[in-house]
Amino acid sequence: MDDRFIDAFSEGTLNVIKTMANISPMPGKPYLKKDGSANGDVSGVIGFTGAVTGSMALSFSEKSILKIVSNMLGEEIQEINGDIKDAVGEITNIISGAARKELELKGFNILAAIPTVVSGKDHSIAHVLGGPSIIIPFEMEAGPFVVDICISRVEQKEK
Amino acid sequence: MDIDKNMKILLIDDFATMRKVIKNLLKQTGYNNISEAEDGLEALKTLKSEKVDFIISDWNMPNMTGFELLKAVRAESAIKGLPFLMVTAEGLQENVVAAVKAGVSNYIVKPFTAEVLNEKIEKIIAKM
Repeated sequence: MDDRFIDAFSEGTLNVIKTMANISPMPGKPYLKKDGSANGDVSGVIGFTGAVTGSMALSFSEKSILKIVSNMLGEEIQEINGDIKDAVGEITNIISGAARKELELKGFNILAAIPTVVSGKDHSIAHVLGGPSIIIPFEMEAGPFVVDICISRVEQKEK
Repeated sequence: MDIDKNMKILLIDDFATMRKVIKNLLKQTGYNNISEAEDGLEALKTLKSEKVDFIISDWNMPNMTGFELLKAVRAESAIKGLPFLMVTAEGLQENVVAAVKAGVSNYIVKPFTAEVLNEKIEKIIAKM
């Protein structure tokens, strides 16, 4: 995958989580995932069209998302509930927007659909394109989460 | 510049958690008179039946998007002059241009802080 995409999603994730939850997660080395398993307890999935087709998932461990949303709302949330699932969808939406804005500056005009949320231990991610995906892992004090990207370039506008 | 912190703000977003987050940010900067709606259709009903002083709306929503709501507001004589702040994850240039052409007062791309939100509100009020 083009490094520009990995950088855009990585930077977008860091900026969004820092601004919304005042948490600075540590990004790890991206790697290839070959199956449809989700690396977490709750995931937001969003599809893309335009300069790329495919999808992105954000998969959070229970503890990481509880901490993020608790910080966002200024109240302690102790279990994955409707507020948490709501927040996962919106965080996925906002990170997608941030990454796409960055990629627009590089000539990639990408549109996104409305995200969906799936949850439960051992849930799976069904990417639009199927096939392997790139995982960008993040670590925070409360636990890990990942950005899981499966996209294919369609066109590039010359800049 | 005196801003009426008691002005009635209508906050529209289909994600309840995001409405809570923005409501908290508004309260941090002293705005406490806040009504909510889940989408543009519900917001339009509220605007036609209640006095609202300021609109803060998301873009992507079911039933009626924030963009469609903006156009509807600007077409309705009784409410067309209302300040309208688009607050959205959609930061693509074409969306910003479309919103400006449709008469948006200002535009913030999520995520943002209480300071940025307050600054945008003050800029809009100052131009009125």
